[in-house]
Formats: sequence, structure tokens, C-alpha cells
Amino acid sequence: MSALKAVLAGNPNSGKTTLFNLIAGTHYKVANYPGVTVEKKEAKVHYEGNEIILTDLPGTYSLTAYSLEEVVARDFITTTNPDIIVDVVDASNLERNLYLAVQLMELDKPLVLALNMIDMAEKRNIRVNAELLSEKLGVPVVKTIARDGVGKKDLLEGILKFKAEGRKFRISYGSDLDPALEEMEEIITENAFLTESYPARWTALKYLENDAEVMKKGEAFTDVHSRLSAIVERVEKHLKRTLDTYPETIIADYRYGYLKSVLKDVVKKENETERLYLSDKADRLLTNRVLGPVIMIAVLYGLYEFTFWASETPVGWLESFFGWLGGVADAALPEGLLKSLVISGIIDGVGGVLGFAPLILFMFFIIAILEDTGYMTRIAYMLDRVFRAFGLQGSSVVPYIVAGGIAGGCAIPGVMAARTIKGTKERLLTILTAPFMACGAKLPVYALLIAAFWPGSKGGLMLGITLASWLLALIMAKLLGMTIVKGDNSVFIMELPPYRIPTLKGLLFHAWEKTWMYVRKAGTFILAVSVILWALMTFPGMGEERAAYYEDLIAQVESTVTDEDAQAEAIAEIENLAAAEELRGSYAGMIGTSMEPVSKLAGFDWRTNIAVIAGIAAKEVVVSTLGTAYSLGEVDVEEFAPLSERLANDPDWSKATALALIVFTMMYAPCFVTMVVIVKETGSRKWGAFTLFGYTIIAFIAAAITYNIASLM
Amino acid sequence: MEVLLRNMKVNQKGKVTKINCEGEVCRRIRDIGISVGAEIFVTGRAPLYDPVALKVNDTVVTLRNSEADNIYVEVKG
Ligand SMILES: Nc1nc2c(ncn2[C@@H]2O[C@H](COP(=O)(O)OP(=O)(O)O)[C@@H](O)[C@H]2O)c(=O)[nH]1
Repeated sequence: MSALKAVLAGNPNSGKTTLFNLIAGTHYKVANYPGVTVEKKEAKVHYEGNEIILTDLPGTYSLTAYSLEEVVARDFITTTNPDIIVDVVDASNLERNLYLAVQLMELDKPLVLALNMIDMAEKRNIRVNAELLSEKLGVPVVKTIARDGVGKKDLLEGILKFKAEGRKFRISYGSDLDPALEEMEEIITENAFLTESYPARWTALKYLENDAEVMKKGEAFTDVHSRLSAIVERVEKHLKRTLDTYPETIIADYRYGYLKSVLKDVVKKENETERLYLSDKADRLLTNRVLGPVIMIAVLYGLYEFTFWASETPVGWLESFFGWLGGVADAALPEGLLKSLVISGIIDGVGGVLGFAPLILFMFFIIAILEDTGYMTRIAYMLDRVFRAFGLQGSSVVPYIVAGGIAGGCAIPGVMAARTIKGTKERLLTILTAPFMACGAKLPVYALLIAAFWPGSKGGLMLGITLASWLLALIMAKLLGMTIVKGDNSVFIMELPPYRIPTLKGLLFHAWEKTWMYVRKAGTFILAVSVILWALMTFPGMGEERAAYYEDLIAQVESTVTDEDAQAEAIAEIENLAAAEELRGSYAGMIGTSMEPVSKLAGFDWRTNIAVIAGIAAKEVVVSTLGTAYSLGEVDVEEFAPLSERLANDPDWSKATALALIVFTMMYAPCFVTMVVIVKETGSRKWGAFTLFGYTIIAFIAAAITYNIASLM
Repeated sequence: MEVLLRNMKVNQKGKVTKINCEGEVCRRIRDIGISVGAEIFVTGRAPLYDPVALKVNDTVVTLRNSEADNIYVEVKG
């Protein structure tokens, strides 16, 4: 017997994810729907000898063509032809949840309703008569409490039992639309117009709703398309004249009207619209016009402190681990290129990025807390007005925070977090500007420069840099929105779900899922880039003559200096000099030197040039590269004290140079992986290239201006 | 008395009488559960007065004033 195909549909916040996890357990595959960045989860479930393939559709309120998720959901249903649709509905808000159900039912596929959150409804004195609901709608209904694992078996049985029961479902759209719908249905059926994908009446409705996707598909059949369009036009004109309204308004009104009549006897409510639940009372305080923002800042700051505090120890462990690994490789491999590749290229490169994994894990844990409690939506609500002034929307705050808005995030998950933003333009602007934030990899760079030139004011300057990054991101969003990012600003309508106490399991699950994505990227892209960088900084290598010269020097020291400590120190010094010379002679060094005539405008010498170029692989590499270039040999990212002293005493360096480098680091191209993610998320190479070249040029101009002004002071 | 949702005060209650527009804005308004005949109750406003939060069908939803301008509400008094 072949596997049964079931899909899970439903409103956001209806408990769909919880139900999916309840049925699927932890064994599922995450992929994207073909060609788009909407996540698709799929699981194989075995139940009483049957195999069920359960696919999680994106959470939607409707099936229009306005949002990507909705198009994806309905295309998936119409193209893969599932054996059954499971529609998760929130029992405490049936009317709106069933609004989607009606649209799903109009697709004429077998459907079962999972009446979820019945505990919540009961707590609110909302009583739902499931049998009556089932009878009136003509679809099977199964009661579930997904969070407590109630109803799993019933639902699986429902899936098996009702899989084949497709039915024609139709409601009346009133005397203005029904005749037109019938006329259109007839034309559609006669010509088999799109009928391999959609039921005739559904297509007719979509024409009346002016659905861009369906009409585009229909255009290929010129004759039928124009006949249908003519009917639509006639109806539109008539409605405009007689009722001053639009077909889609009527369609929506009739759907809600139908649901109101269905629900009249099904739902017994013993509450008033203005009744305030605990959650609403919490909102009176937490989103209070004065106290709300104060609490918000305190919460964000507290979580930020927690992240750093909690991740300090595991970051230390990972560092020691990679240090140990380097040691093992050092002992096991013979001197030479292979050893250098393994240690400097692979272990240091990948280790430097993986070392941040605990920080990322905690970041995501915090974000999961903000999301699962429902507080994130309140942040978006409170900040929307501010963000709108810059062409963004309230939800942009999440990607900004993840990317390093509270210093220490990471632009990679930040850019990915922009998926939740509904408007296309706002989403693109957020993706393009989130990388300006003070991510965890830029922090060592800032810390190094501050330690070298403003040793007394670390905390204050860090905060200043963080705030400057926000300002920069917002202003850039505004500028980009006014110039090269086209499109209309969109709608910002959002649900504030009730506050909920998250489960630890859920939090860990979310945090782990995202962290794993990050680790996987580090293991692939970063590895490749590290190796390339290593090659650039190693080859062509030092001439034999110079190498022999340094070997001679070392031999001399070994024979003349007797004190062991002094000898080791002197040898290290010589090796460092050799490393610096080798670096200067490498391809990277040549590139850095050749750029000096221009880069000097911002006070950058060849070493800084290599460092910032290498920093495109991963920003923390700026510090380690500077370390190598300043002939200090290996510099630990976390221990820059000696390097900062070196910079402070170097005649080539001044506060102006440091300031220019801070400005440049803040603004120039995002790291390589971020650019890859930008290309993926925007679906266009153009934007990746723009952040690489455009941002670097802008950053350089800003750095040069900063340097020259600061030099005058 | 019929007023625009934009002009409603916090803690004011009313019944939606008309949602008048075409296209995405109104589609989203309806999708989130604001329909003609629905009882709404304004629960709050963001720090800068905009967006507005309201309760409909036991759910709190928020919309911007510019979007609320399409919604007519019958209020008492
Ligand atoms: N009280 C109650 N809460 C639930 C139930 N099902 C899910 N939840 C909670 O509702 C919240 C949203 O659920 P989630 O699965 O993330 O919703 P989704 O947006 O539809 O995927 C989570 O905090 C769940 O723990 C339920 O049956 N009863």
C-alpha cells in the first residue's frame, strides 16, 4: 500500500506546530518549498500499519495571492493532491479560524478539522458543540489539546477514516454574485479551464476576487480568460453602481455571514467583548504608553546580559577544545604546508566561527523566549511607528535584534529572521540593513581598538557603537527605500496572541534547530573560505634565501643564548618577524600593499587592508589577521592585550585611524556567509553583490571622511 | 453614531458597520477576523498613538491608523 498524503493547515497561533510535533515527534525533515524561502516540514508517521506522510503548510489566515505563504499553501494542495487536509482551528476564536476552513473546503478535498485549544476555550467560558459543528459544516471534527498531547490517536484515526471523503462544498454568495458564479462555472467546466488544478467554482471565485496568480495562469487561454473577465467586469460595474462596493467585499461578507449562522448554536459564550483576561491585563502594563517602552528596554538589556553571562563558560570550553585540537595536529603532523593548512586554515578558521556557537545558541534561546511568550509581537507593536518613519515595520525589530541590535548577535540568523516580515519591500530593506548591527564577530574588532586607544571607556563606547549601528541601519533603510529598493509599503496588521508560559522543551527545540543551521553553514562555507584565505596568505611563500637567513638567525640564538627563557623568547621574536615578512610577500600581502595609495586616504596601511579583506570571511578574522601582520604570531581573538599595546605604540596608528577602522567595520560588506544568505533570501545575486561592493565603497568614503576630520582635531 | 476606527478611544466598544476598500489592506483586515457585524473593543494604543490594538472575537489584533481608516464603527453615544 502506498503512503497516505496528509497536509496540516491552519491559522498562525492555532497550535499547528505543536500538533505537528505531537504527531511527528522529532523525526522530520526541514526543507524549503520549491523556489521560495518558505520552510517546509515533512514527517513520515506510522500508525496501525499505515504510512502517513504529513506535510506542514505555512500558517495562514486565508488563501489569497497576497502573501507568499498563502500561495505556497494553496499551490501545494492543488498540485500534490493530498489524500486529506487537516485544518487546525483554535476553538477560542472559531469564526476567524473557520474563515480559512471555508476556503480550504472550497477546494473540494477531503478535510478533517482539528478543534484545538479546547482547554483554553473552556477556560474562557466558550463552549463548542463539536458534533453540531461537524453536522453543520459537513466535515469530521476531532477535538485536540495539542499542548497536552490530547487527541493524537483520534486525529490519526480521523485521517485514516475520512481520507477518501471529498465532497462538493458550496455556500451562497448572494443574489448579485451567485448567477455570475454559475455562468462562469459553466464556461469553466465546458472548456476544462484550469480544472486539472482547481474546482470550477473556486476558479470563478478567484476571478471575482481579482486573484493575480490565478488570472496569470488563466491568461494563457485567451478566449475563456476574456469571457470570464468580461463577466467579472460586468459584476464589478453593477456592484459599484448599486451598492458602492467590490465583489471581494461581498464574498468576504458572505463567508463571515455563513460562519456566523453556523456558529450561532455551535458556540455558547458567556463573556463580553470587553472582558479582560489575565493576558489583557498584563498588556495594560506591558504595552502601556509610558511604562511599556521602559519595561521593554529593561527586558532586552536583561536578556542581553544573560546571554553573555551564560555563554561565557561554554565559549571558553570550545576555545580550549579547538586549542587542544590544534595542539594534537601540531604534534601529529610533520612540519610543512599540510600542517599549516590544517592548523591555520581549517582548525583556526572553522574553530573561530564554531567557537561562537554557544553564544548563538543562547541568543536563539532568548529569542525563542521572546517569541514563545508572545512578547515579541508586543515589541513590534510598540516600535512600529518608529520603524515606519524609516520605511520599515514593527516586525523589523526582530531581525535587527538577532543580527546584533543588542550587541553580540549574528547577521546570518538575523537575515533569516526577516522571513516573518509580511511586506516585500520592508522585508528586503530589513535584510539589507540588518548586517550593519554590532554582531558578535565585530565585537572583538571594536574591543581591540577601544582597548588600544580609549582604554578607560570600554562600556560607554561599546554602547555608543551599538547605538550608532542602529542609527546607521535605520538611515540606510530610509535611503535605500527612497532610491533603489522599489515597491509600496505594505500593510501591518498583526495578532497579539495571549501571553503564554513557554515550555522548556519548546524553547530548547527552537534554539537548537536554528543553531544547528548556523553550525552546518560554518562547517561548509567557512571551511572553504578559510582554506582559500589561508592559501592567499601563505603563497607564494618566502624565497629560500630569506628562509635560510631566518634559520641562520635562530641557529645563532640557539648557540649563543644560554638562558632557556630568553632563548625561547628570542626565537619566538624571530619567527614572528619571519611570519610578518612572509605575509607581506604573500598574494594577500601584495594585494594589501597595492591598495595602500587609496587606502591611505582613510589611514589604512597594507596590514589593515589584508585584515579587512580577510574579515569578509568572518569579521573576527580582522583581529587575528592584524595579529599575524603585526608579527605577533598567533593572536587569540579573546586576548588582544598585547596587540592593542602594539597598535597604541605604532606611529602609523592614531585615534583617527582607529575611529576610521571602527566606522569601516560597521559599514562595509557583511561576512561571506551573510552574503550567501542574502542571495538566498532575496532570491537575487544582485543584492549580494550590492552589499559587497556598494557597502564597501560607502564604508570607505565614510572612513576616509572620519579619518580626515578626526586627524584635524 | 458611526465613527471611523481611527477616532475611537481606548476602552470604547462598538460594532463594525462597513469595511470599505479593495485590495490587500481590506483583505488582511477581514482575514484577521474583523468583519461587518463584529463587536470590537479598543484595548490600547502604542506609545506614539499608532498602531491601535483592539479585541475582536476574543483575540487582540493591531492595525495602523491608516488601515483603521477603512473601518466604520457604530458606537453608543
Ligand atoms: N492551552 C493550549 N495551548 C496550546 C494548545 N496547542 C498549542 N498551544 C500553545 O499555543 C502556542 C502556539 O502554538 P504553536 O504550535 O506555536 O502555534 P502555530 O503558530 O500555529 O504553529 C504555544 O505556546 C503552544 O504551547 C492547546 O491545545 N491548548
